[in-house]
Amino acid sequence: MSTLLWLVTVLGGIAVAGWVFRFAGQTVTGNAPRFRDMPYGVAFGYVLGVSILAWAIWYYFQPVTTEQGLPNAGVMFFRWGVQGLIIAMIAAYVFRFLGRLIGTANSKKLFRAMPLTAAFGILTIIIYAIFAIFADAIAPYGQEQIFEQANVLPGGDPALGGDPAHPLGTDQIGRDILSRLIYGAQNTVGIAFATTCLAFALGATFGLLAAVLGGWLDQLLSRAVDVLMAIPSLIFALLLMTIASVWASEWGIPLTIFMVVIIAVIDSTRVFRLARAVGVNIVVMDYIEAAKLRGEGMGHLIFREILPNATAPLLAEFGLRFCFVFLTIAALSFLGVGIQPPLADWGTMVRDLAPFINFAAFAPLAAVTPLLAAGAIALLTVAVNFVVDWMLHRSSGLKE
Amino acid sequence: MQNVLKIILQRLALGLLTLLVVSIVIFIAVNLLPGDFAELILGQAATPESVASIRRDLGLDQSMVTRYFSWLGGMVTGDLGTSFAQLNFQTNLGGTGGKTVAEQIAPRFANTMFLASVTAMIAVPLAVTLGILAALYRNTVFDRVANIATLSSISSPEFFMAYILILFLAVLNPIFPSLSNIYEGMTFGEKLEKTMLPALTLTLVVTAHMMRMTRAAIISLLASPYIEMARLKGISPMRVIVKHALPNALAPIINVIALNLAYLITGVVVVEVVFVYPGIGQLFVDSVKIRDIPVVQACCLIFAAAYILLNLMADILSILSNPRLRHPK
Amino acid sequence: MSDPLVKIRGLKLEGRSDEMWMPIINGVDLTLNRGEVLGLIGESGAGKSTLGLAAMGYTRDGVRISEGSVEFDGIDLLTASAAVKRGLLGKRIAYVAQSAAASFNPAHKIIDQHTEAPTQHGVMGRNESVDDGITLYNKLRLPNPETIGFRYPHQVSGGQLQRAMTAMAMSCRPDLIIFDEPTTALDVTTQIEVLASIREIVEEYDTAAIYITHDLAVVAQMADNIKVLLKGDEVETADTRTMLSKPQEEYTKSLWAVRSFERPAKPAINTGATPVVSIQNVDAAYGTVKVLEDVSFDIHEGRTVAVVGESGSGKSTTARCITGLLPPTKGQILFDGQVLPASYKARDKFQLRQAQMIYQMADTALNPRMSIGKIIERPVQFYMGLSGKALRQRVDELLEQIELEPDKYFNRLPSELSGGQKQRIGIARALAAEPKFIICDEVTSALDQLVAEGILRLLADLQDKLSLSYMFITHDLATVRAISDEVVVMKDGRVIEQSAKAEMFQPPHHAYTDLLLSSVPEMDPDWLTNLLNERGVDNIGDAAVDKM
Repeated sequence: MSTLLWLVTVLGGIAVAGWVFRFAGQTVTGNAPRFRDMPYGVAFGYVLGVSILAWAIWYYFQPVTTEQGLPNAGVMFFRWGVQGLIIAMIAAYVFRFLGRLIGTANSKKLFRAMPLTAAFGILTIIIYAIFAIFADAIAPYGQEQIFEQANVLPGGDPALGGDPAHPLGTDQIGRDILSRLIYGAQNTVGIAFATTCLAFALGATFGLLAAVLGGWLDQLLSRAVDVLMAIPSLIFALLLMTIASVWASEWGIPLTIFMVVIIAVIDSTRVFRLARAVGVNIVVMDYIEAAKLRGEGMGHLIFREILPNATAPLLAEFGLRFCFVFLTIAALSFLGVGIQPPLADWGTMVRDLAPFINFAAFAPLAAVTPLLAAGAIALLTVAVNFVVDWMLHRSSGLKE
Repeated sequence: MQNVLKIILQRLALGLLTLLVVSIVIFIAVNLLPGDFAELILGQAATPESVASIRRDLGLDQSMVTRYFSWLGGMVTGDLGTSFAQLNFQTNLGGTGGKTVAEQIAPRFANTMFLASVTAMIAVPLAVTLGILAALYRNTVFDRVANIATLSSISSPEFFMAYILILFLAVLNPIFPSLSNIYEGMTFGEKLEKTMLPALTLTLVVTAHMMRMTRAAIISLLASPYIEMARLKGISPMRVIVKHALPNALAPIINVIALNLAYLITGVVVVEVVFVYPGIGQLFVDSVKIRDIPVVQACCLIFAAAYILLNLMADILSILSNPRLRHPK
Repeated sequence: MSDPLVKIRGLKLEGRSDEMWMPIINGVDLTLNRGEVLGLIGESGAGKSTLGLAAMGYTRDGVRISEGSVEFDGIDLLTASAAVKRGLLGKRIAYVAQSAAASFNPAHKIIDQHTEAPTQHGVMGRNESVDDGITLYNKLRLPNPETIGFRYPHQVSGGQLQRAMTAMAMSCRPDLIIFDEPTTALDVTTQIEVLASIREIVEEYDTAAIYITHDLAVVAQMADNIKVLLKGDEVETADTRTMLSKPQEEYTKSLWAVRSFERPAKPAINTGATPVVSIQNVDAAYGTVKVLEDVSFDIHEGRTVAVVGESGSGKSTTARCITGLLPPTKGQILFDGQVLPASYKARDKFQLRQAQMIYQMADTALNPRMSIGKIIERPVQFYMGLSGKALRQRVDELLEQIELEPDKYFNRLPSELSGGQKQRIGIARALAAEPKFIICDEVTSALDQLVAEGILRLLADLQDKLSLSYMFITHDLATVRAISDEVVVMKDGRVIEQSAKAEMFQPPHHAYTDLLLSSVPEMDPDWLTNLLNERGVDNIGDAAVDKM
């Protein structure tokens, strides 16, 4: 109850402060239009924003250990979060700065109009790609290598239960977490990428074909896609995975391959919808009519006239689809029916390491590992989404 | 009005048809399994007699079409069949205990609905308000921060959000319990407290989606010439919003809400597992792991039905709020 | 004389594009006295609408006023508080938008939107305002003035809606109304009616107005003074009669001169000659909706047949029948005396090559991802089988024909070209097939007058050089006068009249042709007045159409 009372008091205080702020602004600036026409809600928003900022700064400078000598985990996590954010911003800024200096005239121009979020996204994607491709060279140990010491805490400080040989510690059966995180990039991202490509090949081909040909083929495909899309995708994937798991053991084919196919097919329905919509919009254009009346064949129509105009929206969709596929695979793995051990995979790692979170209060480092795996997933999808958001914004801006 | 009624009836019929086709798809998918259920259930312990007995119990000796219709008939009348776990128990031990699928699902379905409603109660007003604010103050600091925050929240996997919330609201500051072990006979207050963290997790994800969609809908609306006209008539900003924007925004906003509630359905699965919440999603995942086909089938159909229903609702409500359709020429 | 109603001094406006502020208006002065109508004309991109809105102290998103002052009746609109401005807008300054269909809120009845300003500004009560609305509807000669307000906007036609919006602007009897291209989206016969009612009501209540348009003839009817804008700069300002008879600036003179282009008449056609294209008794339908009925006409070598009519008259459908995109349900198309297969799919390369098409919107007619060179190359390659040097040479030749430098334009994308240049590329693409016959579908209607003029001259030259035949689809009679040899008038999917151009513009003719012809505004400021006197008040526009 006291929490609620406290919250109401603070909000009330801000409400009063907002009014005072606007009034003061009006008086001091001699009724400048900025303050005169300011709605109360905006004044309230300013004060609220400043209050939150002030609290954040105050909290950041709290001591990391309590008076009893225990670690103050909340402050530690907050500091890590803020520091991570600042580092990300600086990195993105530097990356964008370099991009403006180096490269062709076109790429320089691209970087000049790029928001920081998109620069951060591109930088992150590049780093992930490097980790995924060169995992074997970067990772200190193999992904299946088991060490004697299980449950070593991260940090590498023996006094705190760490081991310098395993900077991020080991998991419950003694595998090096850092190595598994790095291999996870290869496995999880690689599989998601392959799945997305497959989904795209299916969806885009049929979608564009349906748009160009129209008629019964279009009707048939569209209705089939309607039905498949009426089943929530994660649920459908889980159902099919159940069945696939039986087949997989029957035939001796890795379940992962089934998963790739299943998710690709389910996701290709979404790609189909978009590709068809984009295709239909292009097909009604006069230049397509001109090409048809010239007597051009289907190949020229699709590859020369339609596809070049569909790449921008399809590319953006590829980013979104990749995120979706990636999250679906992570969720399936987290639920225990996705990528199978001994392959290192972030979703499975989160599930395996999750119990460590409960030790956060007295051993903050222990809680870091499951969050690192989950954070690795989140970071990539956030990065891709930032880039896609910028791409969409750019293409919509160009149309006007 | 006649016209609208006709369109709505058409949509309803289409929704029903879709559901029917979906049920066929699910049924066929399950029947793609190798061998037959009887062997699958008994595994290594199969003796010819027990296999034959289960086959008879399940009606596997009948044709696929007959089985489909009896299954469908059962679904409609609430008889969801017998779960494998229970059958196994009966045939191997000769007992009659255990619950039918319907008995197993019913309380969990209620729990899931409770979770979804709590989430909707928090998320819908929050998302719509924030979305409208972001649209009104677009390109301000608030809008940009909101854009980055919602984008991040959409991109993060549900379990990431869930563990972050557990870390801060359960472990470091013990405000809510991290395990949502709900059982019968709890008071409403206790239930609500236990449901809070899963509901908050879902809220974070759904709110982000809903807010972005609301913002986009309102922005496209505010750019329309009739809003400019209203402003040029000297109407107060409040009245422009309430009188001119809102009646037209209703359709897109309702659409957004219904679509996101449909999205919630997929979201509950992971969240229920994280918080060990005894809902239908958890049951679904457990059944998937032990390959309890009848339960998987039933859960799948329930999820699909809810999903189709919500999408249908979105469709119908947006038809109803379209003045062009309500007042034909 | 009292102080002016609107006084704009040194106004500069900027618009944001690509995160940069680019000037839209560079320092314009404007003075408007009470009861005076000022015409604001200029081509697209001249900043007319932006200036019109700025006169209300309003800027759209992404536009800002960077310098200057706007005073309305002594009130500085740029420094006035939001509340003061709101008190003026709707009450003393009103706005009539280009698209009435989009500017009425679809969720409310017309009368509710009409009464909003008077009740909100406390000018009159709701009932009084409804009665007043009906009075205004009466004055604007809307059909069923008592009930029309109680309909929803989508239940009323475009021309009527435009008048209802004028009534709405009048609801508080403002001192000033900004008309932003109010008749641009309307057909000529509807336009005249809206023009007449706007002019009457503005005169009756002695309202000052700023009338924004790109159509010189329209502004000549409406305005007391005319201000010409070019790319954000004022070219000149004068009273209407002086401006029409003695324009001072080169630019203004060139605008006026456009109207004088007219090609000399050609000798009569040999009666025995086979027409290049012959359309014989063609019927066509979209699904079950019949759109063409018994359409027949011929197009001879080296001639231009203009097909005129308002939107929905079946002009473009006729073109689709000729090209084979819409196979006719009855009748046939002959080319050089040979029957063409109904669908383009069944036609051979030779047949396809002979008939080419130039489209209205050059933006959608050119593939935005193909360079100019590739666009023109393709038909040459496809039909003539040229490649390598010969191909490039032919493309250069074609570019020279359309008066564009080959080396400069070959590698450019369509988006890097102006509207007129894009339309020229469309012409070059058609010429590349070396056709005998070209369909020009409203090729100049999306272009500014000067540019359109250039295109018409080019087409005329090409016709003389290559003895091409044109079918010229247009709704603009000035274009017809400029380029055609024969004219076909269409209405509701039928051919109403067809004749040589000389006869066409001489009475007597069909009543509809008469109406269509006489509805086209002329540069004479007395034209509208004379026409209304001639037709009688009750017999203009829609009403006249209905009587036929």
